Amino acid sequence: MDWTLFFVATTFALYIGIAIWARAGSTDDFYVAGHDVHPTVNGMATAADWMSAASFLSMAGLIAFLGYGGSVYLMGWTGGYVLLAVLLAPFLREFGKFTVPDFVGDRYYSTFARVIAVVCALFVSFTYIAGQMKGVGVAFSGFLGVPFELGIIIGMVIVFFYAVLGGMKGVTYTQVAQYCVLIFAYTVPAIFMSMIITGNPIPQLGFIGNAAGEDISMLQKLNTVVTDLGFQEYTQTNKSMFDVFAITGALMFGTAGLPHVIIRFFTVPSAKAARFSAGWALVFIAILYTTAPAVGAFARMNFIDTVNDATYITDEQNYEQTAAAIEADGGKPVPTWYKTWERTGLLEFEDKNGDGIMQYRGPNSPDGIENEVNPNRDIFVLANPQIAQLPAWVIGLVVAGGLAAALSTAAGLLMVISSAVSHDLCRRTLFKDMDDKTELRVARGAAAGAVVAAGLLGIYSSQLGFVAQVVAFAFGLAAASLFPIIFLGIFWKRMNKEGAIVAMLFGLVSTFAYIVYFKFGGGTPDQYLFGVSPEGIGFVFMWVSGALGIVTALVTDAPPQDVQDLVEDIRVPGTRQPHGMADAGMAPAPAE
Amino acid sequence: MSEKEHIDAKGYWAATVRLTLSLLAIWFAVSYAAGILFRDFLDQFAIGGAPLGFWFAQQGSIYVFVALIFYYCWAMARLERKFGVEG
Repeated sequence: MDWTLFFVATTFALYIGIAIWARAGSTDDFYVAGHDVHPTVNGMATAADWMSAASFLSMAGLIAFLGYGGSVYLMGWTGGYVLLAVLLAPFLREFGKFTVPDFVGDRYYSTFARVIAVVCALFVSFTYIAGQMKGVGVAFSGFLGVPFELGIIIGMVIVFFYAVLGGMKGVTYTQVAQYCVLIFAYTVPAIFMSMIITGNPIPQLGFIGNAAGEDISMLQKLNTVVTDLGFQEYTQTNKSMFDVFAITGALMFGTAGLPHVIIRFFTVPSAKAARFSAGWALVFIAILYTTAPAVGAFARMNFIDTVNDATYITDEQNYEQTAAAIEADGGKPVPTWYKTWERTGLLEFEDKNGDGIMQYRGPNSPDGIENEVNPNRDIFVLANPQIAQLPAWVIGLVVAGGLAAALSTAAGLLMVISSAVSHDLCRRTLFKDMDDKTELRVARGAAAGAVVAAGLLGIYSSQLGFVAQVVAFAFGLAAASLFPIIFLGIFWKRMNKEGAIVAMLFGLVSTFAYIVYFKFGGGTPDQYLFGVSPEGIGFVFMWVSGALGIVTALVTDAPPQDVQDLVEDIRVPGTRQPHGMADAGMAPAPAE
Repeated sequence: MSEKEHIDAKGYWAATVRLTLSLLAIWFAVSYAAGILFRDFLDQFAIGGAPLGFWFAQQGSIYVFVALIFYYCWAMARLERKFGVEG
C-alpha cells in the first residue's frame, strides 16, 4: 500500500512539475504546442494519448477470454495508424490549423459543416473521457482506500493543472512522462510472467514458443486446456467472419478519425515530421500491443493452472495452516493472490455444488459441472505482479501506470473539447473578431469547464454500462461521420459542402440510432444488419455515408476555385498559401 | 503560387497516390486477408508454436504496419527529392 502511494505521489508531482515548466503563452502554444514538437517526442505523446485505461487494464484480460476474437482490438487499434500516416496526418498538418472542425469548416466553406463536426468531436470525446475518469476513480478507491468520488476529484485537479495551464504544450510533455511510466509498468510483469509460463523472457517470443519444460507449444497446450473445460479453442472464435471483419474495420477507421489522435499531428513542424511521428507512435504503441496478447494467453493459462479445482479457503480459516493441510492431503489450495484480489470484488466464487472445490468451466462443460468462478477481465493485468511473485513495489508501479494511461488520454480529449468550444464555436463561428489573448482565456476557461464536466460524467455514469458499451459509440461515430469527409476532402477536390453535410449527418444519425437500438433499446442479435454487431456497424455505415456524400456532391455545384486550390496546396508540402476570406488572416505561415 | 510553378505538382501527386495504393494493398493483405479472410487456410502452417493466421491477427500484422509507415516515410522523402518538393 505504501509503495502504491509512493509511486502515485511521485508521478503526480512529476506531472505537475512539467505543467509549470510548460506553460502556454499563446493560442499557438495552447492548441498545437507551437507546431514545434519533435516527431519522436510527439510519437511517444501520441502513444500515451491513444492508450487509455482500457488498453492498459482491460485489453489483455479481454483477449484472455476472447482468444482469437480479441484480435479485432489488436489489428483495429494499430492498423488505424497506417491509415493516419498515409491518408490523413501529413495533409492535415500541411493544412496547418488547430482542430478537426477547423479543417471541416474551411475545406467545406461552411459554418454549418463546422458546427456538425464540433458536435461529432464533442460527442466522441465526452463518451470516451467518462470512462477515463471512472478508471481513475476505480484505481484510487481500489488501491489507496480513497472514496471513488474523491479519487475522481484528485484526478481532475491533476489534469486541470497541466491541461488548463499548459494546454497542448503541457499535455504533450506530461504524456511523454506518462508513456514511460505506463510502458515500464506493463512490460516488467509481462517479462516475469513469460519466464514462468514459457521460460522465455521476451513475451512476444514466449507467445509462439513451447510451454516451459514441455515439448508442446504454449498455444497448443492452452487450446487443449480450455477445450477440456468446455470453452472454445483459444485460437478460434464464435463470431462470424464478416462481423470480425467489420469490427476490425470500425476500430481501424475510427482510430484514424478520432479527433484527439488527429490533433496530435498538428503539433509537429511539417508534413514529413507528421509521417515520422505516426511511425514512432505506432512503434511505441506496438510495444504494448504485441505484449498484450502474450499477457492474455499467459494469464489464462496461469488462471486455470492455479485456480481451477483448487480447494477454497474461507476468510474465517487461517490461510497458512489450511493451505498446508490441503497440500498434505495432495490437494491444491486457492492461491494467495486470489484471496488478496477477492476483496476488490473482481473475482467471485460461488460454490454451487457445495464441495468446497473451485470448478472453472466453460459453456460446454464436459463433466456437467457448472462454472463456479467468475473473474473480471481487469484482474489479469492488476494481479500479474503478484501471480509472478514480484515484490510489492511492482504493484504500486502498475497502479501508477494505469493512472498514467487514464490521465494522459483524458488530457488529450480535454484539448479536443476545449479547442472545439473556444476556437471553433467562439472564435470561428460566434465572435469572429475575438483577439488571440481573449481566445486563450476562453480556451483555458473551456478546458476548466470540460475537466469539471468530465469528472461529473465519471461520477454519475456509474449507472450506465462501462467503457466497453460507449467505446462502440466513439469509434463507430468517428469512422462513419468524420473519416469519410476528411479523407474525401483531401483526395477528391470535387467533394463539396453539400456532400460533406449529407455524409456527416447520415454517419452520425445512422450509427447513433443503430447502437442505441441494440445496446439500450432491446434489439436482439438476430435483427443485426448483415449480422454485424453494434461495435462493427460504423464500418458499414462509413461506406454508405461516403457513397451518399459522393453522389450528393456530383449532383450539386463544384466547390469554389479557392477551395480547390487549397486542396492542391495541402497535397504538396511547402506550397501552402492563404485562400479566400476565411483563410486570409488565419493561414499558417509556410514551413521554413 | 510562385513556388509551385517549378514543381510538377501533378506528377508528384500521382506518384504519391500510387505509393499509397500499394501500401494499402499490403496493409489489407496482412490484416484483413491473412488475419481474417484466409486465416483458416493459413492456420495449417505455423510460426514457432502459433498457427500462422492467428499469429498474423495477433502479432504479425502489427509488425508489418510499423514497417509500412517507415517505408512510406523513406519513399516519400525520395519522391520529394525527385520532384524538388520541400517535405
